[in-house]
Amino acid sequence: MFSPPYLNSPHRWGSIRKETTAVKNNRPVNLDLTTIRMPLSAIASITHRITGVGLFVAVGFLMWALTASLESQAGFEQVKNVLTHPFAKFIAWGIASFVVYHLVAGIKHLFMDIGYFETKEGGALASKAVFALSAVGIILVGVWVW
Amino acid sequence: MVKSITSFSRSGLMDWLAQRVSAVLLGSYAIFLLAYLMLNADLDYQQWQGLFGQFWFKIYTLSSLIALVAHIWVGMWTVATDYVKNAWSRFIVLTIIALTNFTYFVIGFSAVWGA
Repeated sequence: MFSPPYLNSPHRWGSIRKETTAVKNNRPVNLDLTTIRMPLSAIASITHRITGVGLFVAVGFLMWALTASLESQAGFEQVKNVLTHPFAKFIAWGIASFVVYHLVAGIKHLFMDIGYFETKEGGALASKAVFALSAVGIILVGVWVW
Repeated sequence: MVKSITSFSRSGLMDWLAQRVSAVLLGSYAIFLLAYLMLNADLDYQQWQGLFGQFWFKIYTLSSLIALVAHIWVGMWTVATDYVKNAWSRFIVLTIIALTNFTYFVIGFSAVWGA
């Protein structure tokens, strides 16, 4: 609780967890990669990261939309036209979906900060809830966009 | 206490806190804007400009913009330091992120407060 997570981030590659290598030699090796699946909480976590990086790029588009829409009547119409164009709707929906997932998964993070969903079962349950809630949100945003 | 030489605030705890505080603010701003756009389906320019012309909303937007820049930095720094192992590559990646982030701030600031 309340410790900066960067130094033992589960996403971190490389040499941070050196202490575990000592026991590794005695472990059975599973070379059948098709039987290995990332736990649900890991999928929820990496998706949180992917949406985060995606949103970093999307902010560039959003900044353009904000500037143009406030600059003039013509700019406002231009943004409106772009966002209601049949293909551009996918972009609007995509960005909104990333926001929804990142937000819902972020709320799970805050719960984990205060000590909830830290067990294997609890983490899987909370991850399921994150996927379900954000799916509902993403569908609702889709209904609104179209 | 562990000090990181590349972390912006030079303290992991401050980064951790900044990420959480900015997240809450950004979450509220995103929900507000999404709800506003949903409730005003036939939004026109005057109404949109009127929203951003109100002082409280200018302050809300400015705080969210600062939160956005802080949130982007902590998040992207964490991702970059996890995946980009070569020091020079990481330096370049982080520099690009920082410059982009600064550009975002300038654009966002001038959109709401400029002219």
